[in-house]
Amino acid sequence: MITLSSVSKSFGRADSPVVALDAVSLEVARGEIFGVVGQSGAGKSTLIRTVNLLERPDSGTVTVDGRELTALGDTDLRAARRSIGMIFQHFNLLSSRTVRGNVELALEIAGVHSKERARRSSEILDLVGLADKAAAYPSQLSGGQKQRVGIARALASQPSVLLSDEASSALDPETTRSILQLIKTINAELGLTVLLITHEMDVVKTICDSAALLESGRIVEGGRLVDLISTPGSRLAHELFPLGEVVATPGATVIDITFSGGTADRPVIAQLARTHGLDVSILGAVIETIGGSQAGRTRLELPGSAAENEAAIADLRSQNLLVEVVA
Amino acid sequence: MIDPTDPGFWPGLFQVLLVGTGQTLYMVGVALLVTIIIGLPLGVVLVTTEPGGVLERPFGSRALGRVINRVLDFVVNLGRSVPFIILMVALIPFTRLIVGTFIGSTAAIVPLSAVAIPFFARMVEISIKEVDNGLVEAAESLGATRWHIVAKVLVPEALSPMILGLSTTVTSIINFSAMVGTVAGGGLGDVAIRYGYQRYSVIHMVAVIIVIFVIVMILQAIATHFAKKFARRSIDPTPTERKSHATLQLP
Repeated sequence: MITLSSVSKSFGRADSPVVALDAVSLEVARGEIFGVVGQSGAGKSTLIRTVNLLERPDSGTVTVDGRELTALGDTDLRAARRSIGMIFQHFNLLSSRTVRGNVELALEIAGVHSKERARRSSEILDLVGLADKAAAYPSQLSGGQKQRVGIARALASQPSVLLSDEASSALDPETTRSILQLIKTINAELGLTVLLITHEMDVVKTICDSAALLESGRIVEGGRLVDLISTPGSRLAHELFPLGEVVATPGATVIDITFSGGTADRPVIAQLARTHGLDVSILGAVIETIGGSQAGRTRLELPGSAAENEAAIADLRSQNLLVEVVA
Repeated sequence: MIDPTDPGFWPGLFQVLLVGTGQTLYMVGVALLVTIIIGLPLGVVLVTTEPGGVLERPFGSRALGRVINRVLDFVVNLGRSVPFIILMVALIPFTRLIVGTFIGSTAAIVPLSAVAIPFFARMVEISIKEVDNGLVEAAESLGATRWHIVAKVLVPEALSPMILGLSTTVTSIINFSAMVGTVAGGGLGDVAIRYGYQRYSVIHMVAVIIVIFVIVMILQAIATHFAKKFARRSIDPTPTERKSHATLQLP
């Protein structure tokens, strides 16, 4: 649905450019929620802005819904942007307009007739749960409500893609959850493809189907979450299941076992103790619902060196569990 | 010397003030209208042709945008730095070309507009600069044209400071309108000079000051009312919206 191919973008003077994006390629499938994670300064904002060409890449192509945006002229680009909604961290609502006025702005720009505008804006405000606030001004709303208006405005021209630029980062945890829930609902009910950027792993955990890690303008890894968690050494998977620092006891082996899908309900530790006669200690464990299914990671300490525990580890691996020796 | 005990004094004063006030309001009103019609677009173009503005590349040419910006900036600075009394005299040929004469209230509108336009254009420029660029981005993401951005985002969002700027502008026009008495422009300034100064009538002088003061107060109250009305919507805690708008001084 969204394809970036070898997109590069630098800022600053030609002799000492600051590279924001370095040949980034990205593929977002129709109907999925795709999260790009990264530290601030990694190029996330630039990345999402190139999708609707608010930021024109220096090189590379951007294709959305089969249309190569980078090849379009101004008029066609404006038309194409109407099918790409965008929401922002700081909401970017017009303070001079009411909630309804802000939603109607999108429709005015799209050239929708005034009667139709009123009907459509009511419908959308209903969808985001703000029907009773239609006549209020943004300054009278809470952060969460403002973002709902932002979402309503983005949805007004019936886009097929929604871009979210840190949409929940300025909100408190509870409001964040409700906004993420709303995005998920929209994704499910309207079949909207969502590309979001965030620095919070929680957001990815809560709503994303796929994710990519952006570092210094490069995509370091990416894929469907269900695949990532069973990928050895995946940094995204480690971020999804934070077990903290490894505290190694001399003469013991520490292993991380990742469970996902069918392996989550097996009595692995009991088996380990029984079959191999090991005194297993649990150092940590995380269970999350990822991509709709249970997944988790357990950190175990086994007595003896890694070599002595080879048989036990091999046994675990033979059960389709991802086992990583961390100390 | 005029004698205040003369039975015809007070009706005469009233008559003179009425005519003077009428002329002043006429000059100021028309000059204000011209100032808005020319100064508003001028200010908009001034700010939007800056690098990063929506008119950065008019007709696809970045160079053209830069030239337009530099030229307008120069003209505005020039207009604001020439003292009014000199500007008025320097504009006489131009005034004659437009109005047909350089004497009288109508002719005075030309230099009054000429001094107020650059002033107001700067006010518009400053007001629009305070509009968060995120709003422009949001509109662009919706597929807005440059015209949409100016008409639906920049101007409405900057309305409150622009109204305050307009009120400062109109006060200045009233100030300068007192000077056009020197080209027989009439108005309250003319009354003050002819009666108060040349014929030593303190009562005329005081009356003119009071009338001008009242006019300015009324206009200021109207402007403040509307500025508040539009600002009440935008009591957003973003500090950028809080900056002062009346930092400019007339030459």
